[in-house]
Amino acid sequence: MTSATLHDIEAQQGAIADYNFAYLDEQTKRMIRRAILKGIAIPGYQVPFASREMPMPYGWGTGGVQVTASIIGPDDTLKVIDQGADDTTNAVSIRAFFARMAKVRTTTHTAEATVIQTRHRIPEEPLHEGQVIVFQVPIPEPLRFLEPRETETRKMHAVEDYGLMHVKLYEDIAQKGHIATNYAYPVKVKGRYIMDPSPTPKFDNPKMHRSEALQLYGAGREMRIYAIPPYTDVVSLDFEDYPFEIQHFEEPCALCGGTDVFLDEVILDDQGGRMFVCSDSDYCEDRRAHGHRGSLSPDILDGASADGDKEGTEA
Amino acid sequence: MPDTISSIVKTTPVLMTDVAKNFVMHLRGSVTIPVVSGVNFALRAGECAVLGGPSGVGKSSILKMIYGNYSADCGQIMVAYRDTMIDIAKAEPRTVLAIRRETVGYVSQFLRAMPRVPALDVAAEALVGQGEGLAEARLKAGEMLARLNLPETLWQLPPATFSGGEQQRVNIARGFLTDHPVLLLDEPTASLDAANRAVVIDLIREKKKKGVAMLGIFHDEDVREQIADAIIDVAHFAERAKRKGQSQGAMVGRPLELT
Amino acid sequence: MNKAHTSDHLPKSSLVPPRPMDLSEKPLLQVRSVSKYYGRRVGCEDISFDLWPGEVLAIVGESGSGKTTLLDCISTRMTPTSGMVNYRMRDGTMREVFRLGEAEKRFLMRTDWGFVHQNPADGLRMTVSAGANVGERLMAIGKRHYGDIRETAADWLEQVEIARDRIDDQPRAFSGGMRQRLQIARNLVTGPRLVFMDEPTGGLDVSVQARLLDLLRGLVAELGLAAIVVTHDLAVARLLSHRMVVMKEGRVIETGLTDRVLDDPQAPYTQLLISSILQV
Repeated sequence: MTSATLHDIEAQQGAIADYNFAYLDEQTKRMIRRAILKGIAIPGYQVPFASREMPMPYGWGTGGVQVTASIIGPDDTLKVIDQGADDTTNAVSIRAFFARMAKVRTTTHTAEATVIQTRHRIPEEPLHEGQVIVFQVPIPEPLRFLEPRETETRKMHAVEDYGLMHVKLYEDIAQKGHIATNYAYPVKVKGRYIMDPSPTPKFDNPKMHRSEALQLYGAGREMRIYAIPPYTDVVSLDFEDYPFEIQHFEEPCALCGGTDVFLDEVILDDQGGRMFVCSDSDYCEDRRAHGHRGSLSPDILDGASADGDKEGTEA
Repeated sequence: MPDTISSIVKTTPVLMTDVAKNFVMHLRGSVTIPVVSGVNFALRAGECAVLGGPSGVGKSSILKMIYGNYSADCGQIMVAYRDTMIDIAKAEPRTVLAIRRETVGYVSQFLRAMPRVPALDVAAEALVGQGEGLAEARLKAGEMLARLNLPETLWQLPPATFSGGEQQRVNIARGFLTDHPVLLLDEPTASLDAANRAVVIDLIREKKKKGVAMLGIFHDEDVREQIADAIIDVAHFAERAKRKGQSQGAMVGRPLELT
Repeated sequence: MNKAHTSDHLPKSSLVPPRPMDLSEKPLLQVRSVSKYYGRRVGCEDISFDLWPGEVLAIVGESGSGKTTLLDCISTRMTPTSGMVNYRMRDGTMREVFRLGEAEKRFLMRTDWGFVHQNPADGLRMTVSAGANVGERLMAIGKRHYGDIRETAADWLEQVEIARDRIDDQPRAFSGGMRQRLQIARNLVTGPRLVFMDEPTGGLDVSVQARLLDLLRGLVAELGLAAIVVTHDLAVARLLSHRMVVMKEGRVIETGLTDRVLDDPQAPYTQLLISSILQV
């Protein structure tokens, strides 16, 4: 083995080593599926599970990968996104992992996917019935930073002792004049459990409410799985006089002219030049393929008018 | 029967029967110091009875037993409360408090006041305790302090730093403002000048007219003569206590509980 | 003539009409044979008493006498080895507190009960603002209007003599006396009927202590609170309480009306305790 690489072994055996379908053994998958089923049965409740070592470091989505591995079948089509993009390192490597370990079809198109594993975003295109979205979760406990004792937070969930959660929001308003939590904005699921939606922008919170898709959450390091079944009420916490609001962007996407989407800021040069583009790369590409243009599209720079302009051309 | 009780309540609001009091000094080898024994007397509405006898004979102890401040070792201390008589010697703490609030007022020899509370409020406190509004109670307290010649500049100061006479006047105002049917007076004139003593005598006379039963300790002969309707000789009770104590001498070393 | 001396410019006074007293009232709390053993060591043993609405009971004794153990047992912060504690709920029913579910117990503790710790840091969230500290109990019982919560919190700060404009400061920036007053406001905001206090004036300067006692006395009378106050300071017991329990080595040595126990102590230990007070 000293000088043999995996490639050599594969070459010798004519195949990769005898890994089970989707990497995890069937007993582990059953254990995880049980946790998932329990999570679905108790929406928003954090189910402990025996998280396995995965061939990637914690923080790279080991929880999400284990959930995906436990639910994916040969007929599924997988999409993996990281911060909304299909082409970032994390997304690319997880997609490659399943392409190799489960031999499943992969896609970047939201509508084509049956399973979507995500880090930090929910696609802009509404999910539909039959789809499953798997979230990678770093810290599943929404009360963690208010009450560090897990023994206490579990009790607080059990008895719905959630006053503390609003203390956080109160402090935001008292200090900043508005609720300043922009990511991992806490939600109440089906009127019962308070849940951390993973570090998605609060912009995506409304998409969770009564979503047609099944939402699964996996936290590998913390060994927790939780779920929101389709068509479940998901309410973002707020005050009557400071209602929940999502982020608003002043300008449309510089590439596709899309509005009402979540935008990333891209630095263009050292002189402070920057642009705002869709965080959801598939959505942006799809719009451009349909002829939408933003202010910094190459052809606009050549003189055509963008979507955001008054005489915008509609494809 | 109810008629009898309600008439007793009105005419004789305090009735002491066979009351005895000893102090057991546990820090001095549990020595028993007899105070009084066989105390029998009644207080009548509209009269002021004065406890007589030399210092240390147990006059204050009798007042304090009626107020529920000292326990009694045996006997009954019946005190009027609403339309019944209650034995304060055996009453629950909360009953004692209710009696103090409604029936038995007390002008103590020394003022024990809350830190930080101004003299005016100290004087008004018992009145507020009887349900008087704060503003009205303060107004009345002010009038009373003025009548007792306490300089207005002192009203807003806590009485802890006052002279003995000033403190006593705050105390008198506090005790005489309320309309308790029973008023216990523990040397209210002790540190007062002649003018203020006269005010106190007037106050006692007014209380009599209102039908209040009073029991007091007055060392000042002059005051005593002016207000006393009856003198109760406490030395007599103390003598009995000592004789009883001597008969207990045969039981030296036995715990008090056995007697 | 003495208009200027009446309510207008006076500091908040402890002078408030007391709660009407009704001797036929039923007890609010019944403690029955409560014992707590730490292994073979006695924490407290066979303690029984009743507490009525609006009544303040002081538990006094030296360090290690079991008074704090008793307080913790009654307030369900600790489970006694044996014994029973019954509490009259707002609907009038008597419930055994150790048989309440965790959710019921927590609800009781954040609405109808309060607990004032000796060290304010134990009863406050030191890293959130004064306003949030007071508002937390309101939010816990479902209040969801920021403006209302803030207004109520500000009113309470004023009641405990903390300036309204300190509402966004953290208790870390407060003096010991202010912290203690903030803790009291935090406990009283939901209008509890029973408050437990563990050495509420311990560790405070004498002048600060006097102010706090005056404030507590006024609030207790004004709100008709029942309270159980643990203290080793007999002067605190005299000023605050109606009734007193003297403890030693886990047992009740003497009990009775506060001024009766202090002025005419019966038990040898009580006499020793009272004779040991330093006179000023």
